[in-house]
Amino acid sequence: MAASSLASRAVASLSPSISTGASRDDAGSSSVVGFHKRSSAFTGRRVRISSGHGSSAAHGRRSCVVAATAAPVKESPPKIADIELVTREEGLELYEDMILGRCFEDMCAQMYYRSKMFGFVHLYNGQEAVSTGFVKALKKDDYICSTYRDHVHALSKGVPARQVMSELFGKATGCCRGQGGSMHMFSKEHRLLGGFAFIGEGIPVATGAAFNTKYSREVLKDLSVDAVTLAFFGDGTCNNGQFFECLNMAALWKLPIVYVVENNLWAIGMDHFRATSVPEIWKKGEAFGMPGVHVDGMDVLKVREVAKEAIARARRGDGPTLVECETYRYRGHSLADPDELRKPEQKNKYAVRDPIAAFKKYLLENGLASEADLKAIEKKIDEIVEDAVEFADASPLPPRSQLLENVFADPRGFGIGPDGKYRCEDPAFTAGTAEV
Amino acid sequence: MAQKVLVPCSSSSSCGNVQFSPSRVHTQAIAFGGGLSQSSSRKNKSLALKAVAAKGETSAPVTAKSGHEILLFDALREGLEEEMARDPTVCVMGEDVGHYGGSYKVTKGLAEKFGDLRVLDTPICENSFTGMGIGAAMTGLRTVVEGMNMGFLLLAYNQISNNAGMLHYTSGGQFKIPVVIRGPGGVGKQLGAEHSQRLESYFQSVPGLQMVACSTPYNAKGLMKAAIRSDNPVILYEHVLLYNLKERIPDEEYVLCLEEAELVRPGKDITILTYSRMRHFVLQAAKTLVERGYDPEIIDIRSLKPFDLFTIGNSIKKTHKVLIVEECMRTGGIGASLRAAIVDNFWDFLDGRPECLSSQDVPTPYAATLEDATVVQPAQIIVKVEQMLQGLI
Repeated sequence: MAASSLASRAVASLSPSISTGASRDDAGSSSVVGFHKRSSAFTGRRVRISSGHGSSAAHGRRSCVVAATAAPVKESPPKIADIELVTREEGLELYEDMILGRCFEDMCAQMYYRSKMFGFVHLYNGQEAVSTGFVKALKKDDYICSTYRDHVHALSKGVPARQVMSELFGKATGCCRGQGGSMHMFSKEHRLLGGFAFIGEGIPVATGAAFNTKYSREVLKDLSVDAVTLAFFGDGTCNNGQFFECLNMAALWKLPIVYVVENNLWAIGMDHFRATSVPEIWKKGEAFGMPGVHVDGMDVLKVREVAKEAIARARRGDGPTLVECETYRYRGHSLADPDELRKPEQKNKYAVRDPIAAFKKYLLENGLASEADLKAIEKKIDEIVEDAVEFADASPLPPRSQLLENVFADPRGFGIGPDGKYRCEDPAFTAGTAEV
Repeated sequence: MAQKVLVPCSSSSSCGNVQFSPSRVHTQAIAFGGGLSQSSSRKNKSLALKAVAAKGETSAPVTAKSGHEILLFDALREGLEEEMARDPTVCVMGEDVGHYGGSYKVTKGLAEKFGDLRVLDTPICENSFTGMGIGAAMTGLRTVVEGMNMGFLLLAYNQISNNAGMLHYTSGGQFKIPVVIRGPGGVGKQLGAEHSQRLESYFQSVPGLQMVACSTPYNAKGLMKAAIRSDNPVILYEHVLLYNLKERIPDEEYVLCLEEAELVRPGKDITILTYSRMRHFVLQAAKTLVERGYDPEIIDIRSLKPFDLFTIGNSIKKTHKVLIVEECMRTGGIGASLRAAIVDNFWDFLDGRPECLSSQDVPTPYAATLEDATVVQPAQIIVKVEQMLQGLI
């Protein structure tokens, strides 16, 4: 049931020229995808794809397909009556979230170059459709787990812009009290499990959160717990052991998790195709007995459809899904990356597929919003981001006394001092001097 | 069934509500189930010296009639089972912990009792299942992660350092990681270099971790329970050769203090600090030393991180001489850190430099003669103590 409705709806894509089923190495052409009509990515059945890979080797690219389509692409924009992809409210929410992500990251770049934030800062420009498409399909109790490219995931999940900006400024009002920084965004309230600097190390943590849901239901018999976990990570991570190890365990125990690959084709300066023997990451799901799906990550509605189905699958207990989102980052790996290896042709190809511009066009063309509506949203977001900067600027730096406060959940872990008292009771110790 | 918890020690801590049981003095014989006998003095010094300043509370001595005899692996299992029965969020994960009952039988019978999800047999992927245990702990469970051999946890170093150790801090205190990471380590009987590692040496620098080492059935059970109840990530080091140690332990419930050291034998001539298997070598050497008229004070430090500076300091202030006997390698081991801590804190009370007997900086060889030569032997302890007490060094 879900497959066919998904199929017909996915046809009404935002950018018909980059359709589901098109070969990636040539924006204009579309290699026809032969597939089993009744198969759905989410039932885990095998999808046969065309053998059109040979020619793409010269371009260094391969065809990737969305497994969930059923009909050829229409060239003209669909009529409103045919589509029920989003309501006006939903559309505006998605638009606002993507604008927030873009505007916030642009502000980060400005603030970094003005020496307000430091270290390694990894911006998300261009990938907004993935965060918005997935995170806005979640419930509040669901968990997400990210990487160092985590600002926008945090914002989409609901962490206030003020708290994220303060964290980036290293202020005490940051979501992690200034102790985490750009690469370690956490929020207990919004169920953001991090923020990790080493790629792959967040995936087991996400898998553990999903295990907790299963445990709560099956051992603690608390059926009110139905939290799904999303793990976000990139193409480079998909060559890492923890990725494979966790796919295995999640499939084995049918954990309620979705593994979301944000394949932006580059791991700093390493081209995905130079690093990966089988570049179609979605195919690796099958090796572990879970559906592997590819989706156009520059199209928020397509991402959202896939997300909703994968999340529903997890929530009803059918297990994990691997979703590969083809996306692109408009900026370098980090603000310190000169970004000299990516060719202008590639950058331009993805620049015209800006997810925000595309969705704006979609909303306007389908009468879901007016120019004025969207301008109002953009203005609102501008103000939010400006306010976040002002708030962060005005916030205090963490005092010295904060240094030791969160080393241990139970501060008795600092031990017993020579005088017989616990160290944590000794003000001289907790004053945060370098001497311990 | 109702279990009586022993009276809490007075410890001047007001940091929490956990009740601790006072440390015991081990003057009774601890029989090795395997063969080596340890017929030490039954001098019946039923002293119940506390590690931390006592203010006159009672301890419940275990007489020969009360309590039950148990082997160390079973004491660990008992502690784990009690905690799992008490708190349904406590779960175990690791290789062969479930159906196999644990490679050293620490989880024997638990899967049958609590189910396959609470005693989870994992595939062989230490980094990932340790991380999974951490993620589960962050979101509300209390996981006990077993390394089949502690050495295997080298594969989990990413998760142990970055996530177990650091995550509470980098999240600004938002997430706690109540995980216990445990397993057998230390030098066994010709197990080869990779199965003979001392991971306490490698993990001690990771901020945010607590580390304890058990050495007797009594402290094994008490530390297991304490570690599970702690909200901090705790690494509990067991030793491959101590699992068959037999001892009589209380029937009543007891939980030991993670941060306290254990005064094993009071004395006045010299302070000997040790832990894990070396405790028993020290006790063996002490028999000879006592016969020769020396009076060593023996402390099982138990808490490898943080050190119990109160117990250690009180002893040094009394004896003015200290010898550390450990199984870690010379370089960068617990002994190295302990020496530094002693010099920093108790310099004025020392008559001479703090001495340390450690293993050789050698990958543990397979051949028996070479393996014996890498670790400290009782004879060396005797020689060292005599040298120190005769003022020869």
